[in-house]
Amino acid sequence: MSMRTLPLLFLNLGGEMLYILDQRLRAQNIPGDKARRVLHDIISTMFNKNFIEELFKPQELYSKKALRTIYDRLAHASIMRLNQASMDKLYDLMTMALKYQVLLCPRPKDVLLVTFNHLDAIKGFIRDNPALVHLVDETSQQLIEAYGGLSAGEFQLIRQTLLTFFQDLHIRVSIFLKDKVQNSNGRFVLPVSGPVPWETEVPGLIRMFDHKGKEVKRTEFRHGGNYIAALKEGSFELYGDRVLKLGTNMYSANRPVETHTSGASKNLASQSQQSIAPNPLAKEELNFLAKLMGGMEIRKPSGPEPGFRLNLFTTDEEEEQAALTRPEELPHEVVNIQATQDQQRNQELARIMGEFEVTDQPRWSASKGDDLLAMMDEL
Amino acid sequence: MFRRERSIPLRGSAAALCNNLSVLQLPVHNLTHFGVVHGPSAQLVSAAPEGVPLAQRQLHAKERAGVSLPLITQVHWCVLPFRILLVLTSHRGIQMYESDGSVMVYWHALDSGDASPVQAVFARGIASSGHFICVGTWSGRVLVFDVPAKGPNIVLSEELAGHLTSVTDIASEHAQEQDCIADMVTADDSGLLCVWRSGPEFKLLTRIPGFGAPCTSVQLWQGIVAAGYGNGQLCLYEASTGTLHAQINAHARAICALDLAPMVGKLLSAAEDTFVHIWKLNRNLKNGCIEVEHCHGECVPDTQVCGARFCDPSGSSLAVTGYDLAEILRFSSV
Repeated sequence: MSMRTLPLLFLNLGGEMLYILDQRLRAQNIPGDKARRVLHDIISTMFNKNFIEELFKPQELYSKKALRTIYDRLAHASIMRLNQASMDKLYDLMTMALKYQVLLCPRPKDVLLVTFNHLDAIKGFIRDNPALVHLVDETSQQLIEAYGGLSAGEFQLIRQTLLTFFQDLHIRVSIFLKDKVQNSNGRFVLPVSGPVPWETEVPGLIRMFDHKGKEVKRTEFRHGGNYIAALKEGSFELYGDRVLKLGTNMYSANRPVETHTSGASKNLASQSQQSIAPNPLAKEELNFLAKLMGGMEIRKPSGPEPGFRLNLFTTDEEEEQAALTRPEELPHEVVNIQATQDQQRNQELARIMGEFEVTDQPRWSASKGDDLLAMMDEL
Repeated sequence: MFRRERSIPLRGSAAALCNNLSVLQLPVHNLTHFGVVHGPSAQLVSAAPEGVPLAQRQLHAKERAGVSLPLITQVHWCVLPFRILLVLTSHRGIQMYESDGSVMVYWHALDSGDASPVQAVFARGIASSGHFICVGTWSGRVLVFDVPAKGPNIVLSEELAGHLTSVTDIASEHAQEQDCIADMVTADDSGLLCVWRSGPEFKLLTRIPGFGAPCTSVQLWQGIVAAGYGNGQLCLYEASTGTLHAQINAHARAICALDLAPMVGKLLSAAEDTFVHIWKLNRNLKNGCIEVEHCHGECVPDTQVCGARFCDPSGSSLAVTGYDLAEILRFSSV
């Protein structure tokens, strides 16, 4: 699959995460300065120069497990804490939202517009911090350089790679169900009306030519859909009208963040597919995680900064209930690192993980191997 | 008019690839084989005429030790003069099996040679031409394998140069007696089509340039090239000259599969816009021009179709796969 997919996946999922956290911070009446601090810390970690540099290196798309680890770390980059159940829900919402956006992109290239929508909104969260805005702009510039010249065929491969990542995820999201963009079986509605993608013609016309290229006949057929011509192309520049609405913030103060996570929605058949693979986190993924997290700069809260817990559910009781009914087969619950062949890499990752230590949870000890397993288990 | 028939369940959902359904009709045995790519595995299902599933098998791409399973790009049955082989292409290489997938008879590892780090390496595009099996690659090279009447002594006999970007699909038809008859066409990500004549050495007859959209699927019927593109357009060309004879604004999203019912000149096109359309191809005997008319359109609601095939030579039944769908949908005409 495409080796250029990770930056798009990471930045868009990160953007969705920020939309959701922003909404929950407001819904839970977290004081303005604390809320701003949280978003600021997460964004500055996300767009850290070293991290972005690692991100943009050509590489395969790694498993959902590996990626989930990054977001766990990112969500805890500040004074905010999330329980396991809330972190699960956050990740479910992020992934289903991006799956929806990728699936509904009119053209494969439009996933770039979705990314710009996320980045534009992120700049809105930190607009009072010019240095941070500049950092986000630099990432936008890197996107333009890395993707601006790709062909339609290369974008199609990127799209197929992204869809492979989201295959078999059918978690029902209340806001999608209410808006009727998702069916009750968890599948997204694919509309057959509206504007066609830029550079596509409205279906219905057949033109026939002779050997000299002269048009000799023109007929029409009933396509079955209800399409109109494309209106205008979105901007792929640093600033501009993106035209496409996918990737903009769909959560507002009035739209609470809810999911149904019915057990049946996770395709158990595909879960057992994954368990056939010998190493749940293969050596390559450990390398990838080590590199990426090595690039991440986590700022440890200085002094006895009072942290707070964010709840993705409407009440604490709901969160507890969700924790109890968490499906057993969720892969990230236990990360079995069997990479004993690569002690050195393991130690490197362990060292980096150690730097992420949270002050009130000392769990780092001298013996690396077992503790690394234990630490990953706690994620 | 088509009506839905009984679906065939799959163990895993279909991956979002193009040409993600292969069908082998075995009327003598009253059986139909279906092949669908899930991701790291491909599924083979055999079914009786009413769609009752009889047997299932899963195939995986060959892997290197300690590395995650490579993704499969395509699975396709190749009907050769004396045998039928099942070909599986992946990011690792090309595997060939006996037609029921029970025994692997040949393995060819891809050479990633001069690929840049940002380049994905894979094989994609499978077709038989006489006793050859042709497979496309990420670089644009088309590998030609010489297949004996039986046994595993398959040999890479030629590498065709003609494409500069990744091959997407290959189509062929039975060669006629005359010279200079085009019997194979290859397509790539840039939309370029190469038309070939097969033989001990394949000859490039003509090139049909693209227009920016990838050519995702291609078919060849009586010297007519049918090409489906990423912008939803379907074009018909005269194979020997490359002249455009028909341009159809067929779909609102990328076409992902084309198939032919050669006995009756029917063409089906399936796309990510959830539609499958059936067309009738025709050669006007008076002026030799190629004509096409639309026969029927079928909407597969909320399904990003990724594969579609006729299930019988008269084109009166078809099968469809969709991204994320763990079943093969079947339709028959009423």
